[in-house]
Amino acid sequence: MSNFLTSSIGKKFLMSISGIFLMMFIIVHLSINLLLIFDDSGDLFNQGAHFMATNPAIKIMEPVLALGFLVHIIWSLIVSFQNLKARPIGYKQLNNSKSSSWASRNMLVLGCLIFVFLVMHIIQFFWKIKVTGDPLLAHVTVGGEEMENTYALVSSLFKASLIYSLIYVLGGILLGLHLAHGFWSAFQTIGFANKIWLKRLQFVGTIFAIVIAIGFSVIPLYFQIKF
Amino acid sequence: MEKTINLTLKVWRQNGPKEKGRFETYQVSNISTDSSFLEMMDILNEQLVGENKEPIAFDHDCREGICGMCSLYINGRPHGPDEDITTCQLHMRKFKDGETVTIEPWRAAAFPIIKDLIVDRTAFDKIIAAGGYVSVNTGGVPDANAIPIARPAAEEAMDAAACIGCGACVAACKNSSAMLFVSAKVSQLALLPQGKVEAKRRAKAMVSKMDELGFGGCTNTGACEVECPKSISIAHISRLNREYLKSRLSE
Repeated sequence: MSNFLTSSIGKKFLMSISGIFLMMFIIVHLSINLLLIFDDSGDLFNQGAHFMATNPAIKIMEPVLALGFLVHIIWSLIVSFQNLKARPIGYKQLNNSKSSSWASRNMLVLGCLIFVFLVMHIIQFFWKIKVTGDPLLAHVTVGGEEMENTYALVSSLFKASLIYSLIYVLGGILLGLHLAHGFWSAFQTIGFANKIWLKRLQFVGTIFAIVIAIGFSVIPLYFQIKF
Repeated sequence: MEKTINLTLKVWRQNGPKEKGRFETYQVSNISTDSSFLEMMDILNEQLVGENKEPIAFDHDCREGICGMCSLYINGRPHGPDEDITTCQLHMRKFKDGETVTIEPWRAAAFPIIKDLIVDRTAFDKIIAAGGYVSVNTGGVPDANAIPIARPAAEEAMDAAACIGCGACVAACKNSSAMLFVSAKVSQLALLPQGKVEAKRRAKAMVSKMDELGFGGCTNTGACEVECPKSISIAHISRLNREYLKSRLSE
């Protein structure tokens, strides 16, 4: 096992496993977030957010999630750097649009843009909720239980700023593009594919990417249009 | 009726492995659209010899698409603008009159340039030598039905065995990865009972040799499958991943 993680397939294996883990996180994250648009009083989302913040299972998963992000990001840089070294002199003329998708060739670029988005996103929400606090987060009582008004923090940003809303729509689209290649690629890497399953996974991956992109984009648009 | 075209060629010239290379521009005229790309290169070389210039070095052998010797990265694609063929099978009818055609060698750290458009592909042989074989005493010819093999497995092994080792997968890959080649060579044996015996050792040895030789890793862009003259499927890459992971996790 010693050099497994430094072998080309071992490195990809880590990318794949961390990627699948992050995709599961994304599904949970989107599910909770969609509560934002189904109850304009905010109670539903506040309850969802409160559950996520206090649930012991989620508390355990939080550092694991951070680790998942770190592994996925750091290994992507290692993999990309080594792949770059494999072709010291490039081609003068490249015509690769016929043989591969743009997203598949630009996973690093998409990843970097998503990372920039992620940093902004953490500063705007996670950091305020967990560390610095914010006047908008003043406690509310839902169903007899006192909790932070996370709904106010999120909804007021999207209601107030068209620019930020559009950035969040863009973030959803970038993530969708990343997943359009990443989903089936992750399964291909762990060896879960053959001629038939490859097509199925690519189909499911495309649907998954579209659902994620539209799901996240619809939230800021909802607040922009309705309020 | 025969049609002829005139072309401007931008060709990579490099005197030797350590020399600095550069693009040279040449004109060829009255090229029959029925001729192959390599025949056009022959005409150009005749022309260069006539002008007392050094002819362009390029790889070729069988000229019928089965040996895998011809290479050339033509107008941004390995083996040029046609599907499922090698360069010797590429017809000049695929080009327009007056077109500028850029001809480059395969570009990969593991395929160093020997001269002009010729690259050293012995890295592939080294990968095969690392484990791409069945090490048993074959003895006499066994009875045809002595070892039962399911038809789908036989078919898939045969599809993998169609790989001619031309290196187009490495040339097409943005990471210069040899995964399609290695996966075809692992698959053709891993699918058959004769090859299963050494499957674990083979996958591990061939992948570690591939890494050692400086090929990049696979990012599943799928470009290799599209540019492969024998249409080897990237499903074989998933099998290689599976074989390799099985091998490493059972250590």
